[in-house]
Amino acid sequence: MAAMSADVDLVFKALAAPERRLLLDRLRARNGQTLGELCAHLEMTRQAVTKHLRVLEKASLVVCIWQGREKLHYLNPVPIHEIGEKWIGKYERGRLRALSELKKKLEENENG
Amino acid sequence: MAESRFVYVTFIRTTPEKLWRALMEPEFTRRYWHDTVQECEWKPGAAWRIVKPDGSTADSGEVVEIEPYKRLVLKWQNHMFPEMTAEGFSRLTYELEEKGDSVKLTVTHEMDRKDSKLISAVSGGWPQILSSLKSLLETGESLESTRTWPKGM
Repeated sequence: MAAMSADVDLVFKALAAPERRLLLDRLRARNGQTLGELCAHLEMTRQAVTKHLRVLEKASLVVCIWQGREKLHYLNPVPIHEIGEKWIGKYERGRLRALSELKKKLEENENG
Repeated sequence: MAESRFVYVTFIRTTPEKLWRALMEPEFTRRYWHDTVQECEWKPGAAWRIVKPDGSTADSGEVVEIEPYKRLVLKWQNHMFPEMTAEGFSRLTYELEEKGDSVKLTVTHEMDRKDSKLISAVSGGWPQILSSLKSLLETGESLESTRTWPKGM
């Protein structure tokens, strides 16, 4: 499981900076942007954006594809989904069970 | 040039051979891909389709390129929603790359059409299917939500 926790560490570290979440927001709004497009209207230097993108790429949150001479950046939602499934998925099931128990008890009281 | 494209990457601790089989063989796909199977002879030009549990076709197309354990390219047309069927063929590419004790799986789904409804509709489904595939190969259990066909679809 060491490999798995290392991957998860990379994802959490990448998500821990507001600048990087902003870049993900930009890609969510429009997937497949070049570095130049991502830098437009951002109060960050090109160097800073490049550095943040590298961290996002290492965590697989951003995936790059070369199209001719253009490097396009894509948001990869799979690692976030995996984290959600790992913890929230289980939580959801537990909560649903608790709710149905509560419903059963309340209805029993009403009938009794 | 693709106008609409999504790219999904996941690292799965398995071998390229096993992952390749899991992407195609019914005993695997039924467990992580909403109880569906794929019908195909898996050679260039062969017809391909995804069969829903009720026997009808969800999507169909043909094999464009196939390089076992490495790369598969499919032409892909949806048959469940008329507005998506009307968009014609999209292109799906699986790329498998061995990285240490894992395989990097890259799934690219694209279409030469701006703002494709199909590409945006499947963007919610792929992460679920791929997370479940990873879980199945690493733990032997797929994710519960992907074991059956979604109600009302």
